Amino acid sequence: MAGFARLYGAGPLHLLSALASFAVAGYAALRIRDLGAAGNVAVWFFGAIVMHDLLLLPLYSLVERVAARLARASSRLARAGSPPPPGVLALNHVRVPAMISGLLFLLFFPSILGRNEGYVGASGLETDVYLSRWLALTGALFVLSGVLFAIRRGRSRAAYPRSG
Amino acid sequence: MSSGPFDRDFWRSPLRGPWLASLLSAALLPLIVITALTGFLSHVAYETELPGNAIGGSDGILAPVYRALDWPAGWAWLYAVNQGVHIVAGFAAAPILLAKLWAVIPKLWERPAVRSVAHALERLSLALLVGGALFVFVTGVFNIQIYYPWNFSFVPSHYWASFVFLGALAFHIALKLGVMRRAFRENGVVAPLRQDLAHTTAEASAASESVPTDPKPATISRRGFVTVVGGTSLGLTVMMAGQSIGGPLRNLGVLAPRGRNYGSGPNDFQINKTAVSAGVTTTDTGPSWTLELAGAREETLTRDQLLVMKQSTHDLPIACVEGWSTTQSWSGVPLRDLARLAGARPDDILLVESLQESGSFRDAALTPAQISDPRSLLALKVNGVDLSLDHGFPARIIVPALPGVHNTKWVASMTFRSA
Repeated sequence: MAGFARLYGAGPLHLLSALASFAVAGYAALRIRDLGAAGNVAVWFFGAIVMHDLLLLPLYSLVERVAARLARASSRLARAGSPPPPGVLALNHVRVPAMISGLLFLLFFPSILGRNEGYVGASGLETDVYLSRWLALTGALFVLSGVLFAIRRGRSRAAYPRSG
Repeated sequence: MSSGPFDRDFWRSPLRGPWLASLLSAALLPLIVITALTGFLSHVAYETELPGNAIGGSDGILAPVYRALDWPAGWAWLYAVNQGVHIVAGFAAAPILLAKLWAVIPKLWERPAVRSVAHALERLSLALLVGGALFVFVTGVFNIQIYYPWNFSFVPSHYWASFVFLGALAFHIALKLGVMRRAFRENGVVAPLRQDLAHTTAEASAASESVPTDPKPATISRRGFVTVVGGTSLGLTVMMAGQSIGGPLRNLGVLAPRGRNYGSGPNDFQINKTAVSAGVTTTDTGPSWTLELAGAREETLTRDQLLVMKQSTHDLPIACVEGWSTTQSWSGVPLRDLARLAGARPDDILLVESLQESGSFRDAALTPAQISDPRSLLALKVNGVDLSLDHGFPARIIVPALPGVHNTKWVASMTFRSA
């Protein structure tokens, strides 16, 4: 048993569970192969990992990093040396509505951009309302976030009044 | 020394660690279980073992399971609730899934990349887990918007990929349950949510690959992060529940494909397939239209003949697999009266064919239980007026708890026969 663990890197139950899970995946893959478009399914299956892990996540992290750097620079300029009220970052009140708006776009972009031609034939409706609805939601998120920021900053300043 | 995003050291948020990953997983798991179960039940509801009802491919070794499970007609709202829950839970899970992937991204770049055979299998399984999760979410989210930028058939691919996903998920849970228990034991389940921004530091489990090697100061508290993710999830829940429940709540579905109203007329409600897209024209549905009824006897009935038969009126929902529904008042001839007229036997199934000449769901088969429910109709009217062409004039099927697309529109023939 110790020999197995040394060779394999874990106990035999680990190997059995792994094989069971791969067997399920293998059987499902065979059923998908029978449908006749397995190659395209594989492209979307593994392409989704590439698109998310190697593109989307790094991209939004980089954008967020640049935004954070800009926010720090501008708040240094604006405040000219005095420390920010603790616990309230303007950055969060920009990136949170931006992230939510971005997520909504990610989920609903076929409708927002009117790429889902089949929708018209299915529902008898046009897709033209979705861009303005998304923009309105985005605007509302930023306004709400701004109002929350003003309230939180006001409270924070009251709790930690500036010296001098 | 700055590193690019394809390196573990690039990811420096102090929020990442086993506790955050565990909390997100604890929220994600019930939603995934609910989505999987309702997805399975939807497959049951399609009664794929009946002729014409299977959508691409066979049920394989699961065929006996589906043969054994009959979808009931008794609770008219059952399919509407099932699909509402399926889509709502799926959308509610989406932001949590993305947050979870954000929380564990450094593990993609762990070093060494492979430590042992066991570790290699774990990583391979993670590819199936992440690929499977993204595949079922992306295909599902696109399907409800009628957006198909791929060459495969949605239903069977979404269905079978979910088995790849769930198989890998089961293995993942078996591996990570201990990690979750330890994270909650060491940090408390909710204690980290009480820390404000000034007290938000990296998790202590330095052994974990998701904890940053060189954490930056926090710019948001864990409480703030979880609030944003949870709030987004809640917002999507409201949006998708709006189109599922309908009525005045439909307006909450701001971005939902069916968060829209058609007007205030008796035929102004959600259409799943327009006559134009089905290739059905008024010449097909004009005065020359007849219903071909077949069983032990054959009958040809005009619409006027159907209208003088005993009519029944019932409030029933049409519920789409895409998670929206709409309840209307339907009038027409009960299917069981037509079964009697055709001399059908009690255990006969019913094959319904549409005037629609090609395309999916131009025909559907109904079970004996669905035929015999007194509310199952060949509907001729809705809300007191003739069906509009888009809603299936001259006649359509309406059966309690039946998946929307099986309520065949523009009915041309009905055949009662043994299964």
